Amino acid sequence: MTATTPAVPSGPASPADLDASTGARGARDQLTRLLILLVGAVLILAIARVITDTDELTRSGTFSAALRLAVPIGLIGLGAIYAERSGVVNIGLEGMMILGTWFGGWAGWQFGPWWGVALGILGGAIGGLVHAVATVTFGVDHIISGVAINILAGGVARYLSVITFDPTSGGGASQSPPIKGGIDEIDLPFLAGGNVFGWDTPDIFGWLERRRWFLLSDLGGLLRGITSELSWLTLIAIALVPLSYWFLWKTGTGLQLRSVGEHPAAAESLGVRVYRMKYLGVITSGAFAGLAGAFLVVEFAGIYREGQTGGRGFIGLATMIFGNWRPIGVAAGAGLFGFADALQLRNDATVHAMLLAVVLGMAVFAAISLRRGNRTQFVAAVVLGALFLVWYLASDTVPRQFVFFTPHLTTLLVLGLARRKSRMPAADGVVYRKGEAT
Amino acid sequence: MSTSVVRRVGLALLGPVAAIAVALAISAVVLAISGHDPWSTYTTMAEYGSRLQSIISILNRSVPFYFSALAVALGFKMGLFNIGVEGQYRLAAVVAAAAGAAVTLPAPLHVLFIVIVAMAVGGAWGAIPGVLKVTRGVNEVISTIMLNAISTGVAAYLLAAHFKQQNAPGDLIIKTKEIPKSGWFPSLNPVLEAVGIDIPSGSELQGFLVIAALAGALFYFLVWRTRFGFDLRASGINPLAAKASGVNPNRMIITTMALSGAIAGLVGMSTLLGFFHRYTVDFPTGLGFTGIAIALLGRNHPAGIAFGAFLFAFLDRSAQVLDLEGIPKEIVVIMQGTIILSIVVAYEVVHRLRETQERKDVAAATEGPGSPLTTEGAAV
Repeated sequence: MTATTPAVPSGPASPADLDASTGARGARDQLTRLLILLVGAVLILAIARVITDTDELTRSGTFSAALRLAVPIGLIGLGAIYAERSGVVNIGLEGMMILGTWFGGWAGWQFGPWWGVALGILGGAIGGLVHAVATVTFGVDHIISGVAINILAGGVARYLSVITFDPTSGGGASQSPPIKGGIDEIDLPFLAGGNVFGWDTPDIFGWLERRRWFLLSDLGGLLRGITSELSWLTLIAIALVPLSYWFLWKTGTGLQLRSVGEHPAAAESLGVRVYRMKYLGVITSGAFAGLAGAFLVVEFAGIYREGQTGGRGFIGLATMIFGNWRPIGVAAGAGLFGFADALQLRNDATVHAMLLAVVLGMAVFAAISLRRGNRTQFVAAVVLGALFLVWYLASDTVPRQFVFFTPHLTTLLVLGLARRKSRMPAADGVVYRKGEAT
Repeated sequence: MSTSVVRRVGLALLGPVAAIAVALAISAVVLAISGHDPWSTYTTMAEYGSRLQSIISILNRSVPFYFSALAVALGFKMGLFNIGVEGQYRLAAVVAAAAGAAVTLPAPLHVLFIVIVAMAVGGAWGAIPGVLKVTRGVNEVISTIMLNAISTGVAAYLLAAHFKQQNAPGDLIIKTKEIPKSGWFPSLNPVLEAVGIDIPSGSELQGFLVIAALAGALFYFLVWRTRFGFDLRASGINPLAAKASGVNPNRMIITTMALSGAIAGLVGMSTLLGFFHRYTVDFPTGLGFTGIAIALLGRNHPAGIAFGAFLFAFLDRSAQVLDLEGIPKEIVVIMQGTIILSIVVAYEVVHRLRETQERKDVAAATEGPGSPLTTEGAAV
């Protein structure tokens, strides 16, 4: 193809990268960093809450919405890890997510929510299979195939809608009839007042949240937000983070899958079936995208709607880059983008107060950059912080049209400002043809 | 030697022909499964699409497609994916519409002014991912997609908060003020009438078609006949070699993205200057994504892209008759999607066929049969 992929395999990856034990240490480091980041973020929000006097900024409802919106983005990010660790760039995740929403909506309407989830996963996996056939078997440029799948998926979903959805029950070319029922939600016992065998346990985080103590109550809001009104599907999605880590870094198959993304020729010479691993990675990523799509249908809208994915497939891909091709990093990024995405559900005052939180965040970031001696980053953070400060001081509300693209702008800013120490799989995006190992 | 030329041309045509055949076959299966006769669907489309009124409509529709695909193709030529054409042309169109309505100028200058504003806005918006890639290493695929969402919001905000015309009561459509007549692009109807073509009433062949043709020629000249074009293509084929030969990759990336954005700025111009004369919420969307498909179909060559633009415009137009026949017109979107996917696969297969063939040719020319080269070539 005329378009070349930028990534060039730079010789064998260092053995340390493939070693499971460093993965474990890296994971622990990342967890610690994630906790520090989280508390720091809540601190900034707490300060902004006190200054602007908008309690909603750190209410459990805010974090609860953020978690629910973080799940689809995080699932895409996790799926992208499977594909890219096997060396296939998957920009078709958006299209696979669209297939997930359509099949999720159709099966949810026909048979109920869990069937919607199952068929959503299947729909996404089919999209993944198409991408695998094009990129692995036929060696098509990964990005071109992905873009084609995104366009194709939109057409397929629309065509299927026209021929299947019944107008008399509210369906049509651009939406499905409502799905049957929903998925049960629980509050975690002892933490958020969940119910155990008919006994209401104490709501510790809720109690903490209601005190309105500086920082502690804000943390209470965060913790209650992520422990209350959890649907079973959310719990499954959260469990997929450690499960993905375990599979990719602790099992033999996971090691084989990653080795194919680092140095396919070396892997093949050791007897790894390169194509099979790449198929596994890409189809799994499609399945994750399908689950993410089904989640949007089952947990949010209750119907399939055209354009429901809203570019979350791409945001999820950015989350993977932000998360440095690792599950825990993806979880952190998904939290951030989910929080940004959830802003559209909040009132004007809260959105406006967020501007101040961004200013404070930029100030912290500038200080860190200065200590690290990174001048470009420092200047960028100061300029952006100043711009947001002017905006905050000069206005009372943020236009609604801007709130719509908050997650996208956040993605752009984060990718632009983040450290460039990321390390993608060495043979990511490179077309490999069986037998090159000779 | 002439047989090898024939074979080369044959191989080059094999790709698109095979892809369209595969797309037709898959769509036929989809149609048959959903209970419609594929053959009658296709003949209905062909019959409707070849009427004079349809041909004029197809030509008009192909103009935005053409600019969109040219913008994408320029990036492709140096290995850059400008998926942001969508956002670039929309922002350019809304700003150009407002600027055009705000000034009074004599006719040719007025049109020129609007076009320049559009190109400048598209170029500036297109340069952002270039700058981000060069300074911060942000992949342009991600950044242009994010900028699409941002420009949709910014365009909606500008329209609603600043550029909106005060409507008469009862008129709920949000739109900019109308551009004065001096800023309209003349239609080609007089030319058609002069050569004796009877134009159906209500049809109008937009004059911007001529600009599109000129742009295609200019694109060819720029990419294949100038130093810049050489550097561009060299950077696309082998960035390291290009850098070693003195090309500044950072400057190339930003220039190409800005230029691509400027071409994208022209996408909405035929509609703005020749049809709506204002930006409204009804302004066509999705042209940027279609452009990617058409650029792939046309192999980033202005002539190939013209063919692709006509094909997609034909499919869009002929889809209109399908609803009357009770066939979902969305089948056309599936056709377009399958064409793209099968075209990239077909090109790859043809590319491999050619590689094998070339190896065989070389082996035959150097060693004769039975040489080690021949066996190696055959093994692939």
